[in-house]
Amino acid sequence: MITELGHFALVLAFLVAIVQTVVPMWGAYRRDARLMALAEPAASAQFLLTAFAFGALMWAFIVSDFSLRLVVQNSHSAKPMLYKISGTWGNHEGSMLLWVLIVTLFGAMAAWFGSNLPPTLKARVLSVQAAIAVAFFAFILFTSNPFLRMAVPPFDGQDLNPLLQDPGLAFHPPFLYLGYVGLSMTFSFAVAALLEGRVDAAWGRWVRPWTLAAWVFLTIGIALGSWWAYYELGWGGFWFWDPVENASFMPWLLAAALLHSAIVVEKRESLKSWTILLAILAFGFSLIGTFIVRSGLLTSVHAFANDPERGVFILMILAFFMGGALILFSFRASTMEAKGVFGMVSRESALVANNILLAVSCFVVFVGTMWPLVAEMLFDRKLSVGPPFFNAAFTPFMLLLGMILPLGSMMPWKRAKLGQGVHKLRYGFVLALAVGGLVWAMTSGKSLLGPMAIMLGAWIVIGALLDLWSRTGRSGDMGRLFRLPRADWGKAIAHSGLGITFIGVAGLTVYQHEDIRIAQIGTPFDVGGYTLTLNDVREVEGPNYLATIGYITLGKNGENIAELAPEKRIYPVAQMPTTEAAIDYDLARDVYVVIGDAQANGGWAIRTYIKPLTNWIWIGCGLMALGGLFSLSDRRFRVAAGARKSSATPVPAE
Amino acid sequence: MKRRVFILGMLASPALALDPKEMLSDPTLEARARALDHEIRCVKCQSESVASSNAEWAEDARRTIRELIEAGSTDAQVKTWFVERYGEFVLMDPPKTGSTLALWLAGPVMLLAAGLGALVYVRGRSATVPAENLSAEEQARLDEILKE
Repeated sequence: MITELGHFALVLAFLVAIVQTVVPMWGAYRRDARLMALAEPAASAQFLLTAFAFGALMWAFIVSDFSLRLVVQNSHSAKPMLYKISGTWGNHEGSMLLWVLIVTLFGAMAAWFGSNLPPTLKARVLSVQAAIAVAFFAFILFTSNPFLRMAVPPFDGQDLNPLLQDPGLAFHPPFLYLGYVGLSMTFSFAVAALLEGRVDAAWGRWVRPWTLAAWVFLTIGIALGSWWAYYELGWGGFWFWDPVENASFMPWLLAAALLHSAIVVEKRESLKSWTILLAILAFGFSLIGTFIVRSGLLTSVHAFANDPERGVFILMILAFFMGGALILFSFRASTMEAKGVFGMVSRESALVANNILLAVSCFVVFVGTMWPLVAEMLFDRKLSVGPPFFNAAFTPFMLLLGMILPLGSMMPWKRAKLGQGVHKLRYGFVLALAVGGLVWAMTSGKSLLGPMAIMLGAWIVIGALLDLWSRTGRSGDMGRLFRLPRADWGKAIAHSGLGITFIGVAGLTVYQHEDIRIAQIGTPFDVGGYTLTLNDVREVEGPNYLATIGYITLGKNGENIAELAPEKRIYPVAQMPTTEAAIDYDLARDVYVVIGDAQANGGWAIRTYIKPLTNWIWIGCGLMALGGLFSLSDRRFRVAAGARKSSATPVPAE
Repeated sequence: MKRRVFILGMLASPALALDPKEMLSDPTLEARARALDHEIRCVKCQSESVASSNAEWAEDARRTIRELIEAGSTDAQVKTWFVERYGEFVLMDPPKTGSTLALWLAGPVMLLAAGLGALVYVRGRSATVPAENLSAEEQARLDEILKE
């Protein structure tokens, strides 16, 4: 019964979305306040109906209703409750429902908190947002309906892919979708602004919080996914340049660029058409990401529900929204006249450089991801583009970005002197150089890459701190720091987070130590200064799996540091093994242990890694997200109301 | 469905890719072999190198790499051995020849184009900056005002 109600609510939401697409847009065109006013209640209704449908599906998973096909395919009665709930979005149909739920959530939030928007802009934003929802409602209802019943319900389900039964991955998709779909909001604002025919400082201020929120969620989502890959896949990598990972990384890069260019629109009324284009492309890459994951066009470890028919549908959605928006852009871009003027060396130019580096690095990732397809279609060459290419082609952009970041972020608007910035940062540079030298000395000068990258990270962190410090003025009044706008704190925190992530990546990739051996029970062995002893190996039964657990004592200099218990699991229902690495986390290094097969002549295969500075990667990501949240809470976004009150009277949209 | 689970099991079963009994006894040769593991793709898997894959094909490939190295092949010769049998597809790193050059050049060329475009744009913007620096007289007056 609840299932049918959920299905019905979904159909109703689809219809409401159609009405919300057409009526307010027509109202904005005719300047009819009553028609435009329809958008608000429609957005709320759409969200509530979709939330009900999603709740109904989640309920079916919670009570293990095996008359529902989706539940049978992705759940099992013995599964822990957390994964029954996360199983709702751990599959194609459910995740699409979550996706569209977030589309409607953002639409509703724009309706609830957008009281300071001019009525025509607001009506158009909500109408475009509803149009996106219509496309995805149709996609769900016609190709991927989660509410289909089974003719003969089985006694039990087929279980969720065991790799997905993990707390990190349970919350990875919701954050990622909040990010992807958050970009639909900036897209709606961009298209609405093109229809209105004006982009000004106020528009920049309205768009930035949405971009910030989307970027923060993407950062958290990507970090969770990468952390999951680190501890779950059993060889301790954090990034594999897999097509699906790239699919989430490209919107992140563009959202980061958009974030910065929207500042220029807001503060200086320049870069307007570029910012609009970025807003369109950022959402375009979210759609491309959805397409890549669900079409099966590009093979990937994580792709699920590969179905060409669905792929074609998403491709049509992509073509419609990107094509439409870009055509609109080509007609209207010239009307967006830039106002601010600035010198060759200025904060504006630095932000232009930031945008170029981020956008081109995104382009590199895109070309690399799509190249196997292009090569096969055009040149009849079947080839792979793997991590070596991305590491070589992508990294230089990040290094350049890191080099100019501290300089650019301290430059004044309009016109700056390069000498001044260099002067302010001279101690920071010396300090960063010292850090790099220290690392070089400590690692006995093996390679230059590690010290260089760590020096760059230190340079970014120190630069961000010096930037804050310079705001205390000559008197060095610390109290001033706490009266700074939150956005300034956000900037310093997020930038130092990036620096810390740089350091972590350098530590992990350059200084990792690997050891593979046969360990006999009770015989200690040494790995990179640590002593490991395999004490025992036992078979243990979990709720829905069988595990082989090794009990290992980790010691250093004769003292025991930790007890580690790496596991190897078999999920009988899904017929699938997984490894659960045991990790001793530490700020300086992780010790990462994996247990393998029993050997023919006694002993067990044990794989041990010493991974220096690995946690810094995720601490840095956390700081980036925290910085974003600080900026988001800046009161300037809440009082943005006054900026364009006067234009509440309609302006002709040429 | 069955097939999907099976495939996932094949490629994602992360247990222990490289087993100790596969390893070479000479550590320098083994180090070279491990570096090569990361450059050869497991052709039965989806975007995975033989280093991390647990599939049978990957295991065979790892053994072949070690046999070739022990027989005195250079890294390049090992790669050629695989390319001759499985095509360029087997290399994780696309070769820098022919049409693939376009892939390698795409980034730098785009950076150059974007950089030039930005330069023209920024110049256009800065051409309209009215006065250059303040004259000494104006600077003195400004300092005076700021002091007050």
